[in-house]
Amino acid sequence: MTLGMVFALTGAVLSTALAGWGSAWGVGMAGQAAAGVVAEDPDQFAKVLILQLLPGTQGIYGLLVTFITLSNIGVLGGTPITDTNVGLMYMLACLPIAIVGLISAYHQGRTSVASIGIVAKKPDQFGKAMLFPAMVETYAILALLVSILAITNIKA
Amino acid sequence: MGDLDYIFAVARIRVKEKSLLSDTDISQMTAMKDERAVLGYLADRGWGDGDGSTDAEAVLRAEERKTVELVKELKIDPAVFELLSYPNLYHNLKAGIKEICTSDANVGAFFDDETYGREAMLRILQNKSFAELPEHMREVAEAAYASMLETRDGQRCDILVDRACLEAMEKAGQKSKSRLLREYVESTVAVSDIKIAARAQKTGKSLAFLKEALAPCRSLDTRKLAIAASESEEALINCLDAQGFHEAGEALKESPSAFERWCDNRLIETIRPEKANSVSMGPVIAYYLARQNEIKTVRIILTAKANGFSEEATRERVRDMYV
Repeated sequence: MTLGMVFALTGAVLSTALAGWGSAWGVGMAGQAAAGVVAEDPDQFAKVLILQLLPGTQGIYGLLVTFITLSNIGVLGGTPITDTNVGLMYMLACLPIAIVGLISAYHQGRTSVASIGIVAKKPDQFGKAMLFPAMVETYAILALLVSILAITNIKA
Repeated sequence: MGDLDYIFAVARIRVKEKSLLSDTDISQMTAMKDERAVLGYLADRGWGDGDGSTDAEAVLRAEERKTVELVKELKIDPAVFELLSYPNLYHNLKAGIKEICTSDANVGAFFDDETYGREAMLRILQNKSFAELPEHMREVAEAAYASMLETRDGQRCDILVDRACLEAMEKAGQKSKSRLLREYVESTVAVSDIKIAARAQKTGKSLAFLKEALAPCRSLDTRKLAIAASESEEALINCLDAQGFHEAGEALKESPSAFERWCDNRLIETIRPEKANSVSMGPVIAYYLARQNEIKTVRIILTAKANGFSEEATRERVRDMYV
């Protein structure tokens, strides 16, 4: 295996691992809050489930970037890359979603916990409550776009 | 446990907060005709054991029990609630000392306590086995017991025990990891000191008495407070004003019941920010304290209705609610 491939694979692994770590963290926190609400008021199950799932998207974005990277570097078919600089570029291209995914999923989880608190007290305010964690999603999407743009424009 | 370990507990508490009585509920109950109507209203809100009991004390006891059971279920650090039970514990100590020293079984009611209820407290005091008491109580228990035996002065026994209770709360509170608990204890000590000073001023107590009764407090200069209270009501009000307790002075001017109301409302103000907190044990502690305040207020209303107080007189005594 070439050094370029090692760099590229490292980037691919990081995007799934870090973004997935953040999502697991966020969904876990929101899940505890959701369970607390459902323990007292089972009718709120559907609403709190949606809020719990919001921090889970970063993990999916990380996975998407990993697939594109693996596909472009020749792991899933095609010619494997050999150039060290190209491998390094793939790794750097993966970092936005890896880092922003981790941080935004954690904060989206905390915001979801707070929003679940709103639903617990005022179930009719679900629409407004959902907007708060959804705002955090913006930054994960921006990071995803940058990663995809960078990866798809690297010239092997 | 870290703050994030309380997410489940806080979410449950958020749902529970919906069933807390609001100021509107209290206002409606205050306007009701009699005790029976109030009990009916409370039964509709789920108070009591659901057996339609018309025994006010049984309904209140059921609510106290429900709160304690919920808090136990949430697995909050027992040390937190142990601290909040200090006033009841020290009250039982006072009641025990007085009962033994005066041989009168009717000198004071005891609070229910799993470890230091009436039976246990009397046994410990009779055997003088003070080592069986919590460490923070031992010294004052021995001193108050000796003082009561020697002087038969119940008031002196009270001030010794009450001060020790406040000091123990302050010490334990400052060690607590919970910001809310630290602030609540600080407020409790300050409010208690102000209450002691106001009562002592009304009954013309000496400066020496005040110095002995007031517990040291971080947010209040108790030395100045003692001097002011030993002089006049005006001096006390000015002293409170100068130390950032302007509203206490205003309430004191208004009436004794308005002042008592201010004392409890001040403590509720301390816990109110927890309504916006979604992690940490703070909201659970706040809920527990809010429930205690709620039960206390309902007790005031029921007592007022049972004794035929006017709506105006009752309204003056009811406390602000947490929600």
